[in-house]
Amino acid sequence: MGSGCVVITGIGAISPLGKTSSEMWEGLCAGRCGIDTITAFDPVKFDCKIAGEVKDFKVRDYVPKTFRKSIKLMSRDIELSIAAADEALRNSGIVTKAIDPENINVVPERFAINLGAGLISCDLVELAPSASASIVDGKFDIRKWGGEGIEQITPLWLLKYLPNMLACHIGILHDIRGPSNSITCSEASGLLAISEAAGVIARGDSDIALAGGAEAKVNPMIMIRQCLLKRATSENNDEPDKAYRPFDAEAKGSVFGEAAGMVVLEDIEHARNRGAEIYAQLAGIGESTNVNSVYEHLEPDGKGVRIAIEKAMEDAQIGPQDIDLIIPHGVGIAADDLAESRGIEEAIGNAINRIPVWPTKSMLSNTGAAAGAIDVVAAISAMNEARIPAAKNCEKKAEGCNLNIVTEAIDKELNYVLCCSYSYGGQTAAVVLKKFDG
Amino acid sequence: MTKKEPDRRVVITGLGIVSPVGHDIETVWDAMLNGKSGMAKTTIFDASTFPTSFSAEVKDYDFTQYTKNPEIHKYGNRGSKFVVGAAVQACKQAGIDVETDEPTDGIDRRKMGIYLGAGEGSVNNEIFFGAVANGWDNETSKMDWGKWAEVAFAGFDPRDELEQEPSMPAAHLAVLTGARGPARSCLTACAASTQAVGEALMLIRKGAAEIMIAGGAHSMIHPLGIMGFNRLTALSTRNDSPTTASRPFSASRDGFVVGEGAAILILESLASAKKRGVEILAEVIGFGSSSDAFRVTDMHEEGRGAIQAIEAALKDAGIDYKDVDYINAHGTSTTENDSIETKVIKAVFKEKAKNIPVSSVKSMMGHLIGATGAAELISCVLAIRDNIIPPTINLVDRDPELDLDYVPNEARKTKVDVAINESFGFGGQNNVVIIKRFGEN
Repeated sequence: MGSGCVVITGIGAISPLGKTSSEMWEGLCAGRCGIDTITAFDPVKFDCKIAGEVKDFKVRDYVPKTFRKSIKLMSRDIELSIAAADEALRNSGIVTKAIDPENINVVPERFAINLGAGLISCDLVELAPSASASIVDGKFDIRKWGGEGIEQITPLWLLKYLPNMLACHIGILHDIRGPSNSITCSEASGLLAISEAAGVIARGDSDIALAGGAEAKVNPMIMIRQCLLKRATSENNDEPDKAYRPFDAEAKGSVFGEAAGMVVLEDIEHARNRGAEIYAQLAGIGESTNVNSVYEHLEPDGKGVRIAIEKAMEDAQIGPQDIDLIIPHGVGIAADDLAESRGIEEAIGNAINRIPVWPTKSMLSNTGAAAGAIDVVAAISAMNEARIPAAKNCEKKAEGCNLNIVTEAIDKELNYVLCCSYSYGGQTAAVVLKKFDG
Repeated sequence: MTKKEPDRRVVITGLGIVSPVGHDIETVWDAMLNGKSGMAKTTIFDASTFPTSFSAEVKDYDFTQYTKNPEIHKYGNRGSKFVVGAAVQACKQAGIDVETDEPTDGIDRRKMGIYLGAGEGSVNNEIFFGAVANGWDNETSKMDWGKWAEVAFAGFDPRDELEQEPSMPAAHLAVLTGARGPARSCLTACAASTQAVGEALMLIRKGAAEIMIAGGAHSMIHPLGIMGFNRLTALSTRNDSPTTASRPFSASRDGFVVGEGAAILILESLASAKKRGVEILAEVIGFGSSSDAFRVTDMHEEGRGAIQAIEAALKDAGIDYKDVDYINAHGTSTTENDSIETKVIKAVFKEKAKNIPVSSVKSMMGHLIGATGAAELISCVLAIRDNIIPPTINLVDRDPELDLDYVPNEARKTKVDVAINESFGFGGQNNVVIIKRFGEN
């Protein structure tokens, strides 16, 4: 189907394990956990008081002086995406307007961007003075707010929170003028954006694409939503590094966080012609959807996951026996992990006993639209280093899960890595990466 | 990979719409051809004191008439509920079975996908603002999150909160249709559903699907949405005359009017449509996407990105600008868009620009934001079907600077074989889809 002509030539990640992809990799290898007590706001009444936050991060460090005015229009999601984009582009050797305007080596019109983005929740503090001033007889009076309150809100307020603004800001900084899309499929967004960007290159609409995802989920509105839906864990608040337990018998729910992951995708001929270092081929893509009217859960048999994996293997023209590593979605919600493991087992068959499965969220947290993208970055690092780090917090596998979760690090060549993501709501993606062999 | 293999041609085999001017294709089309406006005072919430107190709401819509299982859609956000109706209409026309575990339509569910341009749900305003106000301490200018949480945890309903996610309309469609092909949802502002249809076209072309249920679903008629647009001064404030407020290309235009709705097009490979023997309504022949990479606040002055997207779509379609019979404009009725879009059309269509009819159905339907492009594409399909172009209404004082043929006020009978739909979103997102009368060659 042509996905194989697309290669990965750059990676970038900012995550609770550090501000670069190499810090993330070192953290994953060391079994570090980026989850800690929430500092972004006081979670005093929340059942879940922990999250994966990116520490000591200033977007100024990634924005050239001439663009700094635009920083005030950036939500946290946008800021994180800019940092990961900067790393991925520099890592690829592509020189853009923001990197060095004198030595640009990319054609802006042939350069695409495709990012997974979350539903960006607004900064409630920004709205608070106007809401507070609109209380009449102890109740919020929308007439007062509409008439007077909203005058207090910054005129460009809306632009901070449109999901396409991640791609817009990055596009402006780096002068990316080709096809642009923003995928909003919650936790599947990052992997779906990478899938779509590969399609844009394969069909000849661009030579290069920046693809991935970013989301800052440590926001009271997002956290309350996940708590009310019982997706967030309410246990282990005092032992944050033990709290997130994908596929473990003691799994109690997700722990949310913030991150951005980006890859530079490139037409293989274009990459060769400029002498780029090629990390991997995007060998296969499979997409499907969960069908479940209990929308917040995966269907119990994981059929959508199974179909996506089967399609990805077919696209890559490989069988289960070829796969060296599976990075599952591993959301840490017991019913969903079980459903996902069933879907994976159905797709992989007997080889499931042999293939190492490495869930990453126990260390990285559930970073929503970034999750699939940072997993792809982790997969590239694993291929480069010929190493699968140990999973964390899966000491006793959940009953019914037959996945071969990696309990100790494995050193081996990785030729094919399968990454899976699904959203609550159902959109599902599976991507097969192939180590580049020249 | 070759693009133009004959069996990978993509056609449209079903249409469905829920809009401010009607809840089915023929009603909506009749309204458009008769220049009916969907604008009125906002009733979804009390907007009486907002700078803009009117909008184009979907009125008297009952999603339960479309489904055997209203229970599983009843907590849906407005977009989710609208899209159930639009999709059921479109699937019925295309002969796709819905709400069954054992479809007899001969369609492989693994090869049937979903692609929507869809937006957020709307929050429970009383709780949302009440919680914020409860937590805010004016003296210290700080938020007490404990006090915020007291109101928020007691008030928010998890089922409403789930429906905040923009991907939920697509989730409802998966349950409705059993589709197991690629499922994506995008939100590139006002260009989202044009992009969804364009990328759905590409998924069929590359063989990832035979059928895509594509389109959009969105409502931004909620306090945060209207406030946001009002603060940007993007909306018309002609509160004394809602039905004449959306007046694209007029000298007196003062902004767009927010609408809401859902629009679905069934895209299908020609091979599949022929095999199933369904009626072919039109062919989708081209898609172009670009970004301005200019400013988050404004379009590029010369419409750099818009020109690039239209030219990419023409090239993809393998046609010349001279082949286009009708341009369905983004035509928002903002000062900036209508002026730059006119420049863009002149740049692309050159000496022919003044001879190609250009109209904006936003003058009647309002701006359906994420759903708008798909709704407009439906009007393109119908223009081709009936050889008639819907008008730009309220065009009584044409801006002297804007001198194209905007099909003012009255629908026009004329031959339409090729129609192009332009969508330009906030932040410089440009998406263009071209459709053509279906013929064997």
